[in-house]
Amino acid sequence: METIDLRGVSCPTNFVKAKLALEDIATGATVEFLLDDGEPVKNVPRSLKADGHKLLGLKETDGHYVLTLEKGED
Amino acid sequence: MADPKIDLKNLKAGGFIKERGKDLFTVRLRVPGGRMSVERLSRIASVAQKYGKGFVHLSVRQSIELININFADFDAVVAELGEDQQKVASCGARVRVPTACGGCEYNPNGLVDTQKSALEVDEKLFGTVTGHHKFKVGFAGCPFDCPKSATNDVGLQGAIWPTLDAEACISCGLCAKSCTEGALSMGEDGKPVFDTDKCIYCGDCLKVCPTGAWKEEKRGYSVRIGGKWGRSPLVGTLYATFLPEDRVVDFISSVLAWYQEKAEGAGRVRIGDIILREGCASLLDHLRKEFPDHVLDRTILPQIIDTQLPLQKQ
Repeated sequence: METIDLRGVSCPTNFVKAKLALEDIATGATVEFLLDDGEPVKNVPRSLKADGHKLLGLKETDGHYVLTLEKGED
Repeated sequence: MADPKIDLKNLKAGGFIKERGKDLFTVRLRVPGGRMSVERLSRIASVAQKYGKGFVHLSVRQSIELININFADFDAVVAELGEDQQKVASCGARVRVPTACGGCEYNPNGLVDTQKSALEVDEKLFGTVTGHHKFKVGFAGCPFDCPKSATNDVGLQGAIWPTLDAEACISCGLCAKSCTEGALSMGEDGKPVFDTDKCIYCGDCLKVCPTGAWKEEKRGYSVRIGGKWGRSPLVGTLYATFLPEDRVVDFISSVLAWYQEKAEGAGRVRIGDIILREGCASLLDHLRKEFPDHVLDRTILPQIIDTQLPLQKQ
């Protein structure tokens, strides 16, 4: 599973980077995003959901968050 | 030469506002909710260029104001704007053009269609004579409240009441993480615990929930009444929750009826000051008759924001 590290990237750049990363991933594949606490973890998941991706889970690890999602249709 | 028959009061009521210079007026154009077609914008621009000073002013209530219009050009300006679409905005003791944020159509935070509500209020209530003072209505699509709804005589704010389908919940914790108000936390059973007292109805939990386990139980407007700014600011307080979008015009009409009756003889006084005088129970009781499912049991008086000089008086 691919992991995309968006730690240290602020909103909305983190969301745009996530979108760009998802362009190279096949529909149906599972991806992990590493997100900072605060605004990033509040905003990025819901924006990705609104873009049609399926959120699978969220875990807190060592002060950041790991968001797992399944890529939706292009 | 000035026409002696021109009544400045009527001109102002019709959206023509006297400027400093001789014979010069501002023409305020109605832009309910702050949205206008590019076509209309371009027509306004050409009229402004032909008759104005080379700039327009965007009023704080979202209207476009043509500046430095000579009153001799009124007829031409009105004709060239196209009277049907380019309605002028009112001043005076009337219901003003409603303001609104972009609403839910393209803004991801928006919970209700504020643009539609603003157009309905504009169509049905704009220009209604209050008999007392101005009456402003503003719409915010969500509790972020960019339009500062509670500073209007009636301010409406989009709201959602969430409910959890625990079966559909996958215990991801995104809702608890997204809830800015701390109304959601994850329980020992891995399901979110909802502290309803902290919820401000923003709907963030529904927006982030991966499985749709958070559902909408109610949607509508939180309604605050009695706000104003100016010399003696007041912040309006909550009278109704989850007012359906299709009852907005009726609700505002009912508030207006109370204001028109209670302010009788009081002169040029806004509804917030009438509430301070009459108490909020009278308005609550009045509204409850027509909107029993939405009006609160109690509220507080409009909040006085005592910011004005001179400080030594305080």
